[in-house]
Amino acid sequence: MTGVKVLLMMGCPEVPIQTSIALYLSHKLANSGFDVTVAGTGAATKLLRVSDSDSYYVKKLVNLDKTLEDVIEKRADFDICFAFMHNDAGMTYAATMSALSEAKLYSIVFGRNAEALAETIEFDCDQIIEKAAHNPVQLKKKLDKVLEEISK
Amino acid sequence: MSCIEQMKYEILLDRTTYKDAREYIKENSDEVYYVSPGYKIFRDYHIIGVPPIAMGAKGSALIFTYTKPCYGTFVLTVDNEDSIKEINRLREKEEEKVISSLKKSKPHESSKKPPGSFLDMWKK
Repeated sequence: MTGVKVLLMMGCPEVPIQTSIALYLSHKLANSGFDVTVAGTGAATKLLRVSDSDSYYVKKLVNLDKTLEDVIEKRADFDICFAFMHNDAGMTYAATMSALSEAKLYSIVFGRNAEALAETIEFDCDQIIEKAAHNPVQLKKKLDKVLEEISK
Repeated sequence: MSCIEQMKYEILLDRTTYKDAREYIKENSDEVYYVSPGYKIFRDYHIIGVPPIAMGAKGSALIFTYTKPCYGTFVLTVDNEDSIKEINRLREKEEEKVISSLKKSKPHESSKKPPGSFLDMWKK
């Protein structure tokens, strides 16, 4: 999977599992040879940077709005995008990415209202839904299956 | 930081869903225009949104959505020289769309000749 560009799009970090799953996904994907970029809000990127202060799990950490701007202006694009969402704003960012990018889109829908939020998704994507806020294990298991598929 | 945050704006609706923000714009604007996600206004603000993205004009004020990841979607309005320019740009784009759709559609041609007289119509 050398050279396949993957974007992890983090939203508001208020639900704890986002940070741990982002670190996990970034590391797993990088180990499989993917070129991984993690984009997030100011707070989300700071949480990640403090958790991974030596950039061991996340090599490329960028600002979410700047990344979207680069995609809009056609300065950058990705082959695969994982969009984290636990609220309507996260879904809105993913919808924007879906409309602008050529990337295969995976929506990671989590948090207490995951099922209701997933029903509002009107754009083309694969959905990974887990009604979890604190315990990342079930979501990790679902993502492991996705990782297995895309690494083939 | 987008230039929006440095502009004089008014919040019409705060911390809502994108769908509700779109409905609000449709119901509270004199004119409504639809643009694609990423449409740029005020020099550096690209609109984040779920298509179709509604933008409203009310007098000289521009009404639009602004989404923040932790706070949801806001409906903002700006009323100044820049909003007038943006509204004019939206109107021009709408005119271009109409002209290009007219060019694409074939001219209306009837295979039947128009009736020459009332008698011809009666025969039919």
